[in-house]
Amino acid sequence: MYRYDEFDATLVAERVTQFRGQVERRLNGELTEDQFKPLRLMNGLYLQLHAYMLRVAIPYGTLSSKQMRMLAHVARKYDRGYGHFTTRQNIQYNWPALVDVPDILDDLAKVEMHAIQTSGNCIRNVTSDQFSGAAAEEIEDPRPYAEMIRQWSTFHPEFSFLPRKFKIAITASENDRAAVKVHDIGLRLHRNEQGETGFEVVVGGGLGRTPYIGHTIRKFLPKEYLLSYLEAILRVYNSQGRRDNLYKARIKILVNAEGAESFAKLVEDEWAEIKGGDTDFPEEERRRIDAYFSPPPFETLSSESEGLEARRHGDVAFARWLRTNVADHKAPGYAVVSVSLKPIGGVPGDISDAQMETVADIAEEFSFDEIRATHEQNLVLPHVKKDDLFAVWSALKAAELATANIGLVSDIIACPGLDYCTLANTRSIPIAQRISERFADLDNQEDLGELKIKISGCINACGHHHVGHIGILGVDKKGEEFYQVTLGGSGAEDASLGEIAGRGLSSDEVVDAVEKLVSFYRKNRQDRERFLDTYRRLGAEPFKEALYAAA
Amino acid sequence: MPLLKLTGNGLAPALEEPLNEISLNEWRARRPMAVDATALCINNDASLAGIEGDIHQFKVIVLEFPTFKDGRAYSQARLLRERYNYAGDIRARGDILRDQLQYMVRCGFNVFEFKGEDTIDAAAALTEFSRAYQSAADKDAPIWRRRLAKAAAA
Repeated sequence: MYRYDEFDATLVAERVTQFRGQVERRLNGELTEDQFKPLRLMNGLYLQLHAYMLRVAIPYGTLSSKQMRMLAHVARKYDRGYGHFTTRQNIQYNWPALVDVPDILDDLAKVEMHAIQTSGNCIRNVTSDQFSGAAAEEIEDPRPYAEMIRQWSTFHPEFSFLPRKFKIAITASENDRAAVKVHDIGLRLHRNEQGETGFEVVVGGGLGRTPYIGHTIRKFLPKEYLLSYLEAILRVYNSQGRRDNLYKARIKILVNAEGAESFAKLVEDEWAEIKGGDTDFPEEERRRIDAYFSPPPFETLSSESEGLEARRHGDVAFARWLRTNVADHKAPGYAVVSVSLKPIGGVPGDISDAQMETVADIAEEFSFDEIRATHEQNLVLPHVKKDDLFAVWSALKAAELATANIGLVSDIIACPGLDYCTLANTRSIPIAQRISERFADLDNQEDLGELKIKISGCINACGHHHVGHIGILGVDKKGEEFYQVTLGGSGAEDASLGEIAGRGLSSDEVVDAVEKLVSFYRKNRQDRERFLDTYRRLGAEPFKEALYAAA
Repeated sequence: MPLLKLTGNGLAPALEEPLNEISLNEWRARRPMAVDATALCINNDASLAGIEGDIHQFKVIVLEFPTFKDGRAYSQARLLRERYNYAGDIRARGDILRDQLQYMVRCGFNVFEFKGEDTIDAAAALTEFSRAYQSAADKDAPIWRRRLAKAAAA
C-alpha cells in the first residue's frame, strides 16, 4: 500500500488546518452558508435532508486495517455507529455535527486519510478494480497509476473549478470490475502487439440524466505519458465543456457534441504541446510509487488446500459462500474474498463500527493487513490463504458479514434516496430491502446466477440504474413515488445502457415486477445463461410482456 | 475595491493604475494596425489559438471570472505563461474569492481585483499550502522534484 511521506502528510495536515479556519469563520458568522458552501464542498461535506453528510476518500478503494479501525472510531465517536460505503469506493457518514468535522479530519489524517475532492466540480477520488494486485487475470497492478493520478489531481490549480465533477476509473483486467466505460475517463491497462503495456483511454461515458457509454479516443497510450495525456483531456474539457446548463456540463456531452474523433484530435493536439514537459512523473518517481505496491510476501503454497476441501464437503453454507464470494488469486494457494455488505433485508453498503473492526481484525490476521472497498458497495479481503478461508468465513459469519450473494439478485446497488438525499424523488433503500427479502432464499439466488439490480431514487442515477441488468429509477408522479424499470444494462466489459420497459410502477408493484422478470428468465434461459444474456438473446419484447402481463 | 499584487513577499495592496483596455475581438479586428491600449481583455470563452502575435506589447492581460465556479481563465492564464511566454501582469477580474487566490497564483495570475475586505487575510491564503504535487505556471518545484532532490542529497 502507498504510505505518505512528509510531503503527502504535510499537504493533508495543511488542508485540515485550512478547513478548521473555514468552519470557525462559518460558526462565528463571518461566512454565510452561501459563502461556506463551495468551501465545505471541496471537503466532502454536504448538507443533506436531515444533517450534514461527510464523504471520506478511500483512494482507489484500498484500506489498511488501521485505517478501517479509524473509520470505525469516527462512526462511533462522531456519528451514529455506522458508515455507508458508496459506489465510488468511498465511505459516507450521515450524521456528523459541523463543529466536529475538523476533529474528524484530524483523526483521519492520523491514518493518512482525508475528504479531499470527494465533492465539488473537480477531479474526484480515482476508482479502481477492487481485485487489483490479486486478480488472477490481471496484467499489472493498476494502483500505482491510480496513486499517480491521485497526486497529480490533488489541489490541481487549473482543474479545481471544472464545468462539472470529473470521475476517473482504472482497470488492468479483461473483467471490468471498475465500470471504466461509464466514467468521464476510463483507463484500461492492456498489452499491445509488441507485448508492451499501456492504456486504452475511454472518454465521455457516464450515467445521470443523459447516459453514455464512453468512446475510446486512444487505443494505446504509453504508460509514462499518462498524466500529460490526462492533463490534455482536462484542459480541453475545462476550456470547452458547457457551463450554461448544469445538466449538459459533463464531458460526455462535449465528447458527443464534438464527435469522438474530433474530440480525440483536440486532445492529441493539446497533448503534442505539453508532452515531454513537466507534467509526467519521471521514472524515478514512478518507481518509488510502484515499490509501495509490490506484492505482499506470499508463501509458496500448493494451489490446492486439503483443509479447505475437507471443510467444503462438511458444510453446505461454507461451500456456497466459497462458490459465490471467493475468487481466484494470482498466487497459488491464495484466494480473494468478497465481504458482502448486503445482508438479506439490510441497507446496501451500510456497516456498523463493530463490523468494521471485525473486518480490520480479519484483514490483519489473514489478508496482509489489506482491505478493499468495491464500487458495488461491498468489501474485499484481497489476499487470503485457502487454508484460512474457513476461519475467515467463520469470523465474518459471526459478524453477519458472510451473506453468500456476491453478484446475485440481492447484491443490489442502491443510492441513499429520499431517506437521506435532498435531490431524491423517491426512496431507494426500502425497495432494495424488499427485493432482497423477496429473494431471501440463497439456493434460489444461486440458481438464478449473476443478476445485477441497481436502484436510483432520481434521474441523477447515483444507483447506476442505467447499467443494471434490471435497473429501477424512482420518479415523482404527482407527489407519489413511482418506479421505472430498465432492462439489459451492464457496467462491465460488455457495457450497455438499459432500455425503459414501459410505464412506471407503484412502490407496491415494483417488487412483484422484478419477480415476474426473474420468473420469465428462469423459464426461458438456456444452459447457464445469465439474465442479461437471455435478455440480449430474446430482446426486450417478451420481457416487457412478462412484466406487464395481468397477474 | 482593493487591487492586490503579487510581490516577492506575497500579496500586497497596490495602487490602481488607469488601464487603457481593448478587448481581444477589437484588437483582432484592428490588426495589423497598431493600438495604443495597455491592457488586453480576454473573455473566458475565447480560444487563445493564434494569439501569440504581439501580446507582449500589453502591460496587462485581464482574464475574467464571471462567477468563482467558472474556471476557464485558469487554463487561459497557464497557456499565456507557459505556451506564449507572456511576462506582463495577468490580472484576475470578477468573482475573486480569498480561497481561490492560491490556485490563481499557481496558474500565473499576479494581480487581483479582490472584492473582499480583509486583504491581510487574503494574503494569508497564499501560504496555506506550502507545497504542490503538480507543476504549473509558478516556479515552485512540484513535490516529485523535491523528492528526487531529497533522495539525491541523502
